[in-house]
Amino acid sequence: MEWVNIALPKGRLGEKVYQMFKQAGYACPAIEEENRKLVFENPEAGVRYFWVKPSDVAIYVERGAADVGVAGKDILLEYVPDVYELADLGVGKCRMCVAGKKDFRDDRSRTLRVATKFPRIARNYYSAVSRDIDIIKLNGSIELAPLLGLSDVIVDIVETGSTLIENGLEPKETIVDISARFISNKVSYKFKNDAIRRMAQCLAGLPETNQGGSV
Amino acid sequence: MKTGLRLKKEEVVLRLRELYRRYGYLPYKMSKFEEYDLYVRNKSFLVSDNILTFTDIDGKLMALKPDVTLSILKNSRQEAGLQKVYYNENVYRTSPGAHGYREILQAGLECIGDLDGYAVGEVVMLAARSLELISPDYLLDLSHLGFVTGLLEPLKLEEEQQRSLLEAVGQKNTAALEVLAARYTLPEQTRDVLCRLALLYAPPEEALPQLEQMVCTEEMAAALDELRQLCGLMEQYGLDDRLRLDFSVADDTRYYSGVVFRGFLPGLAAGVLSGGRYDHMVHKMGRPGGAIGFAVYLDLLEGYFAVPKGYDVDVLLLYDEGVSPARVAAAANAVLASGKTVRVERQIPPELQYRELRTLKERG
Repeated sequence: MEWVNIALPKGRLGEKVYQMFKQAGYACPAIEEENRKLVFENPEAGVRYFWVKPSDVAIYVERGAADVGVAGKDILLEYVPDVYELADLGVGKCRMCVAGKKDFRDDRSRTLRVATKFPRIARNYYSAVSRDIDIIKLNGSIELAPLLGLSDVIVDIVETGSTLIENGLEPKETIVDISARFISNKVSYKFKNDAIRRMAQCLAGLPETNQGGSV
Repeated sequence: MKTGLRLKKEEVVLRLRELYRRYGYLPYKMSKFEEYDLYVRNKSFLVSDNILTFTDIDGKLMALKPDVTLSILKNSRQEAGLQKVYYNENVYRTSPGAHGYREILQAGLECIGDLDGYAVGEVVMLAARSLELISPDYLLDLSHLGFVTGLLEPLKLEEEQQRSLLEAVGQKNTAALEVLAARYTLPEQTRDVLCRLALLYAPPEEALPQLEQMVCTEEMAAALDELRQLCGLMEQYGLDDRLRLDFSVADDTRYYSGVVFRGFLPGLAAGVLSGGRYDHMVHKMGRPGGAIGFAVYLDLLEGYFAVPKGYDVDVLLLYDEGVSPARVAAAANAVLASGKTVRVERQIPPELQYRELRTLKERG
């Protein structure tokens, strides 16, 4: 029997997603023990899990180090990996938003300065409306940028919006809805077709996954 | 990874050449660069937007070729019969994720002219045989753009909408298809067919009856007939058991126009062969007929080639300062005569792996 290698995003979302895999019949008792191992196997279910940085999941899957994985739609839109997107898991829901200070008014006669961790998403969004922007790529604490006058607005993930509100910012526009997606390497999908297809079906059949939702 | 006998890269190139030659394809050697103008005029047919340019001595802007097909098509003559050529060339492209240009070695063939069912079948057969030569565990995915455009064309969608739908099919993303279908108010039947098409992945005998049920326009029926005929030919060649029908490979309607196929090998994360029918390009060049071809990306095959031996030479021959050159030469010849490789040195090179050490000392 062939193994299916699964890359899960480290952190809260990953824990939740693992529970979904468990429910779908791909439990791995070793993963639930507290230890420092990096790779967890369950030979009976034929699955091998490993935790990677959320933004790296798509890279592991695209390059075939993992056959399948779970990545946020934000990562898929930003890095555009060449993978199959087999199911919307309906967890890790949030929105990609433009946010700015409460009193911010867009002056269309000037170049808009946009601070973000997601330059491609920001560029695509503004170029679709022909808005000239200056992208400021940051790696964290994006909310700080408009407060210090580094940028006019930010493009970032908004879950509840409380971080924004505490800092005197507010979401202005929603760019796209985000949720966790079950992705597969294109070649693995062909050579391990039965296993991966069954996994996608089992995951999509769970109550938490939504069928409608976003693109 | 299951692999049979592994070949060296040069052997793979040689065997591919031999395969194409046996079917009467002629070698095609081209210049490393072309006038930039050719590529700009045909930009929509290029895989990557970036072209490596330089200025020739007469001030003309030249480009290192990013693509072989355009050059072949430009230089091919319009005459009776088909033009069948094969090539083995480097192309220069940027690849997504890689920063900067890369030199990529491609082997492939093109068949240009008034194509019929046999000609198309022959090219697809040669694609399958090319893969078989590298690993018997290959898979060849086959699809037909006419089947997808035949479904979408009557709906008169905007280009952007059609592109989004094809992209979702290409990702097998049925969740996105549902959302897009609702957004563009597609008929229920179209939505269902798109979703089933996206998820289809099966050998011909299983897939063809499924496709049969999806046909709703004449163009789709014609595409299916062509596929059925092609699968029949592949069965006759004995190559049908590695064939899969998969419409996620048919997402580029600007370049391809009919049969499209991709080849995969176990253990490699990306497709190693890509091809299809590209009549649009032929028509853009103002010529009748069509063209079909494929390329094998040899640079991706590194992992498939024979692993070099664990050492660089059989014998490391060390000699002292005082040993005469004639004696060294004689000793080296003796090693070579026994069928071993030899490296002659006065000191042991730190990185060199050798199986046996022999020393020549000045006779005291």
